[in-house]
Amino acid sequence: MIFVLDYFYILLGLMLAVIAVMSLMDRANPRRWATGAFWALYALVYLAGEHLPSTLVGVIVIVMALIAGFGGVALGKYGALPAQARLSSAQKLGNRLFIPALIIPVATMIGSVVLKDVKVGDLFLLDQKNFTLVSLGFGCVLALIAACWITKATPLQSIRESRRLIDSMGWAVVLPHMLAVLGLLFSDAGVGKAVAHLTTTYINMDYRFVAVVVYCLGMALFTIIMGNGFAAFPVMAGGVGIPILVGVYNANPAIMAAIGMFCGYCGTLMTPMAANFNIVPAALLNLPDKNAVIKAQIPTALSLLVVNIFLLYFLMHR
Amino acid sequence: METAVNLWPLIGVAVIIVGFVLRANPVLVVIVAGIITGLAAAMPLDKILATLGSGFIKTRNLPLILLLPLAIIGLLERYGLKEHAQASIARIQSATAGRLLIVYLFVREVSAALGLTSLGGHPQMVRPLIAPMAEGATENRYGSIPDKLRYKIRAMSAATDNVGLFFGEDVFVAFGAIVLMQTILRAEGIEVNPLHVALWGIPTAISAFIIHAYRLRRLDGYIVRTMRSPDVADKDAVIKGASV
Repeated sequence: MIFVLDYFYILLGLMLAVIAVMSLMDRANPRRWATGAFWALYALVYLAGEHLPSTLVGVIVIVMALIAGFGGVALGKYGALPAQARLSSAQKLGNRLFIPALIIPVATMIGSVVLKDVKVGDLFLLDQKNFTLVSLGFGCVLALIAACWITKATPLQSIRESRRLIDSMGWAVVLPHMLAVLGLLFSDAGVGKAVAHLTTTYINMDYRFVAVVVYCLGMALFTIIMGNGFAAFPVMAGGVGIPILVGVYNANPAIMAAIGMFCGYCGTLMTPMAANFNIVPAALLNLPDKNAVIKAQIPTALSLLVVNIFLLYFLMHR
Repeated sequence: METAVNLWPLIGVAVIIVGFVLRANPVLVVIVAGIITGLAAAMPLDKILATLGSGFIKTRNLPLILLLPLAIIGLLERYGLKEHAQASIARIQSATAGRLLIVYLFVREVSAALGLTSLGGHPQMVRPLIAPMAEGATENRYGSIPDKLRYKIRAMSAATDNVGLFFGEDVFVAFGAIVLMQTILRAEGIEVNPLHVALWGIPTAISAFIIHAYRLRRLDGYIVRTMRSPDVADKDAVIKGASV
């Protein structure tokens, strides 16, 4: 393989390292040492990655969680342009501003569909196991070149702007990553097995429809508890999806995964644990009832959950 | 039979529930739940750390999708991307709140399916543009509206953004959830093509659009009924005074 995913890990690692240095030097940030340390540790995970001992990375994860959890990732000063300058720039550049934004998805699609099987000599051009991600990485590099060309800005400015964006998200940046790790740890510790044991002991899965309902409702309920379908998927796929739907009823794993994750999203629409989507907007829109957005979403979520159960039941053998 | 499966790791799930009920920081809750789950499964501490660490390394592909494009989007935002996107969408003028939100649902879902998830969002689009436009469309027709209805329209605007995003983005092949599913299935010895997972998301994506668009049409009906009911007409003067 000529282009492997590790190149883009190193690229992101370098980006995070620059962000760490910028954070350390940002005197407007009241917690610049903690913020800088947080991004430096994250950069280390991307730059050194598999060369680090797992136990050490485990310690890094806990330190990062402690920094983020106790508000160590704080906002600094980002030198944003005034609104008037942005407006006149928008009028000047017009639709050209959309070009770099569109390059990312278009390049990703072209890479993962067209360049997937291209070989140079004996080597595949793209990492065969991660061709979509490698294509996305290429799309980002091309888009960055286009963006710098259109706006006449430097690549360093783009890192300044990404620091503005990731700092404004704060701890929420690492939450999906941490939840994915929790999901893996849950499956190592046998949470999936325990759930599967409880459900198979108390629910008769001899009927295909019952198994589908258990899997779909399980995804939704677990997502409501965890606030994120990413953490629910390993548990329910490991507990019911793979052993029963794929193992016993020969479901197509791609369909089992796709529709199962959507059942999880129905759960996301109904839980206050998904604060970014449900609680933050209620605050942003000055709604007196903090659960107003969830209440507006429940009818859509429940109808769609029923639709998903039937879609999976009827499509699983495709 | 019963002793063959260790049910103690389920304590981790309980920790998550308690943590969120107590409104602790989610990152801390997740890490504490992980450690307690490991201990409940009788894993030694260094094994827990190693599992956390190798898991973190293994799932490094997830944040890549979120973080790499930020450099481009951030730069474009500096030069007016949001302002231009808002101006472009504002040209799609529609007469009712429901119809306007159906158009937004469509745009949001399709652009998310193309991977352009950052072209929407609550702080960027819903608060400054979508909710005010939906309220404005209703006010154009009926003059001032009661607060209860105003809040319902706002909540529905936020809900529309979420529905469009969730059920659109999973159709994009390089989206995090698809990479996660592929990684988990690979750990179980099953190889799936991400493109297939994305394609099998399409039936649900279409159903989500139909269901939510139907509910947005019903919102228009609800607005008509609310504004025609006699007590709203009586209170009109009071609301006008209150909203100033």
